[in-house]
Amino acid sequence: MASRGNIVINVEECKGCGLCIESCPPKCLVLAKELSPYGVHSAHYTGRDCTGCGICFYCCPEPGAITVYRLAAPPKAVASRGGEHAAAL
Amino acid sequence: MENTRATRVIDPETGSNYDVAHEKSPVFYDTYERKADLRHQTHYCPGCGHGIVHKLIAEGIEELGIKDKTIFVSPVGCSVFAYYYFDVGNVQAAHGRASAAATAVKRACPDKVVLSYQGDGDLAAIGTAEIIHAANRGEKIAVFFVNNGIYGMTGGQMAPTTLVGQKSTTTPWGRHPAGEGFPLHMSELLSTLEAPTYIERVALCDNKNIMRARRAVRHALELQRDNAGFSFVEILSPCPTIWGKDPVEARAWVSDGMIPVFPLALFRDRKPEMPVVPEPPQRPVADVLELTTSRDAAEPQKSLAADHHSFSHIGIKIAGFGGQGVLLLGQLLTEMGMREHLEVSWLPSYGPEMRSGSAHCHVCLSKERVGSPLVSAPDVLVAMNEISLHKFAREVVPGGLILYNGSNLPEGFDDSEVHVVCIPAGEIADVVGSPKAANIVMLGALLEATECLNSETAMQVLEAKVKKVQLLEIDRKALTAGRDYIDHQVGAVSQPDGFA
Repeated sequence: MASRGNIVINVEECKGCGLCIESCPPKCLVLAKELSPYGVHSAHYTGRDCTGCGICFYCCPEPGAITVYRLAAPPKAVASRGGEHAAAL
Repeated sequence: MENTRATRVIDPETGSNYDVAHEKSPVFYDTYERKADLRHQTHYCPGCGHGIVHKLIAEGIEELGIKDKTIFVSPVGCSVFAYYYFDVGNVQAAHGRASAAATAVKRACPDKVVLSYQGDGDLAAIGTAEIIHAANRGEKIAVFFVNNGIYGMTGGQMAPTTLVGQKSTTTPWGRHPAGEGFPLHMSELLSTLEAPTYIERVALCDNKNIMRARRAVRHALELQRDNAGFSFVEILSPCPTIWGKDPVEARAWVSDGMIPVFPLALFRDRKPEMPVVPEPPQRPVADVLELTTSRDAAEPQKSLAADHHSFSHIGIKIAGFGGQGVLLLGQLLTEMGMREHLEVSWLPSYGPEMRSGSAHCHVCLSKERVGSPLVSAPDVLVAMNEISLHKFAREVVPGGLILYNGSNLPEGFDDSEVHVVCIPAGEIADVVGSPKAANIVMLGALLEATECLNSETAMQVLEAKVKKVQLLEIDRKALTAGRDYIDHQVGAVSQPDGFA
């Protein structure tokens, strides 16, 4: 089953402070084993269990190092509120 | 660097679609042009609290839709470069003066959202007076006070907020209250004042408290948007580098070390009770000083400025010894300008070092509002003595006019760039009755040479100022003598640019 959330870490911005890893409630973030181009072990999403809560985003001091995503509404839900976009579709 | 964030990602394993929920705020610049490289990162150390506070503020600005009306005042300290990050109006204030600068910005632009961002070294040490008085006046600004208990940027000296026993480079054995006092509690201190609207202390010590800080920042921004009054949010924040802890330990120390000393609390959240007092009447200065004649009052709209003055702005510097009537001459010119419906300013300069020495003053006569009363490049210099001539002649704009109190220019004086007129004003004044009237001789000469103001106005001002009939008569003669000297002795003076 797909996780409710997803995280993309920008390795260019992450300074490897580890606050997101400490803060993550489902503990789905780890430090990467390999060094980033800036010589730090940047944060890395394990690929599962993210709930999309956004805590890591607020604990991270870099403006753009973490982007948090949430599972898109299933197609049925999209269709149900598709009225206003109907002409475009 | 390209913006790599996508609004939607697809999980390669499950094929599920994900929509963005939290991303870099558009209130931040895409790239930070502070330096040639690493333009995609802030300059803050890993785990620094400033970045988090920046994000909370940026998010609030974005969600309230106030980006285009926000003016951010950055301090001196680690957050000095905030203007490289926030894509809003930015001002960077001198050390400790952010809340004073924010006061000025808000008063000049009352419809803007004005934020002052300061650290503890900045706000609680060198800027203590500024923050207390801004709060006491209930200035309608929002102040974000990031307290990490140390001077971060300068390398870890003791701050007023440093804890008892906490080591710093200036308290290597720990802060000792007998020598260094106790930590300063700014939120509590400001809570004793009547005017502030909102004061809260929050901490970046764990998830729950970061979200509480987010609400506090948002509330302060909302109050600022609604022009509700003075807001102050103190944010206890980690400084891993200077504290010598890793980011996770440092965050925990905010909770274990700082919060016991700086308890988290909502100190104030109410509308200030401003006593109802009648607004002071808005009257023109000329009215208050009772300078308006009955004839003027009959035609209050008529602007002499438009009719008679060929210049738009003249800056005059008058300099000489104390006692030569230097400051008075400036006042006379200013009052004349007022009577001729010009915008005027008079700025005296006679500090303690000038007592029994030289004095000078700056006079602006303008058709527009005077932006600064400082005349750093005078169009006209009135030099009442040789010292003043040497001191200020090089400030005069090329093509400007110097009126020098003397029969001849000092030897070797370079007058190639300016027009210089020598007037033996002291001697002329002596002949007409009193050497003290030398300044009035210079006034006559100035009026005749520049035609910037009417000499009849000068007599009106003198009549209003000089009560003794005898002295007034001397002044009248001195004024005429000064004008005549320019007319007859010097002949036609070539006019500096911009004058009639």
